[in-house]
Amino acid sequence: MNKTVGVIRFLGTNCDQDVFSAIKQAGLSPEWVCHQDQFDKSQYMALFLPGGFSHGDYLRCGALAARAPVMKSVVEASRHGTPILGICNGFQILCEANLLPGVLVRNNSLRFRDGWVGLQRVQQSPQFGSDKLIYAKLPIAHGEGRYYIEDDQVKKLFDDEQVWCVYERNPNGSVENIAGVMNENKNVAGLMPHPERAVADFMGGSDGLSFFTSLL
Amino acid sequence: MKIGVRVMPRKEVLDSQGRAVERTLRAHGKNLSHCRVGKYIELEIDEKDRQKALAKATEMCEFALHNPLIETYELEVL
Repeated sequence: MNKTVGVIRFLGTNCDQDVFSAIKQAGLSPEWVCHQDQFDKSQYMALFLPGGFSHGDYLRCGALAARAPVMKSVVEASRHGTPILGICNGFQILCEANLLPGVLVRNNSLRFRDGWVGLQRVQQSPQFGSDKLIYAKLPIAHGEGRYYIEDDQVKKLFDDEQVWCVYERNPNGSVENIAGVMNENKNVAGLMPHPERAVADFMGGSDGLSFFTSLL
Repeated sequence: MKIGVRVMPRKEVLDSQGRAVERTLRAHGKNLSHCRVGKYIELEIDEKDRQKALAKATEMCEFALHNPLIETYELEVL
């Protein structure tokens, strides 16, 4: 079994070490992928796009990273069926790259929100998070986490089982409390909270670990 | 040729920046009914023909400069 997991780093990615270490902790083999790299669609068993402030969040969050050379390979891998998870800024990048529906805009409070949130699973992801994990406590840290999609698309998103999880209490004004979504094929997912920051009790919780171990 | 791109948030999207600016202006006694905040981008395009320059700018807007879900854009020749 191919256990190599690609961790994509853009200029300004800053949650990369945590994601790398969580993948290792899960018994998989993480490998760095540079934003200028290209790779074969079957090279990695999964791909992670960690959080941060890629390209300084210039223009729109995730917009410039979504057009980086590596994204061509990410799109090919997504079509191939490779599981891909974008966390926080990674989620924003996947939306800007049209690999996930919707977009993330500035929090309605205009404040950077930092803290722990309760997450309710709406639909299970076939790849990320164990089937037992219907509720998780995870940290958030974002200024632009308000999930937005046109009114007429929200119902479709729920009907098509693409809404992955919702916040127990909405921290940013996201439509329908949405915290995570999946693409139509369910192999690409985006999550605003940070599972990699909750993989051991000393961190305040370990609910995040199963988002990595479930790949095994 | 220099092309200006005005990018504005769509009306149906809550413009939180505009709302914050509006509140501050009001708090200082300034009279206004609404405020929206967008961005302005200047493109220097190596093209003398107006239509060709505008076409190139449009292509750039569609490629990256705006996100059609939340923004609209207008071009002007400067």
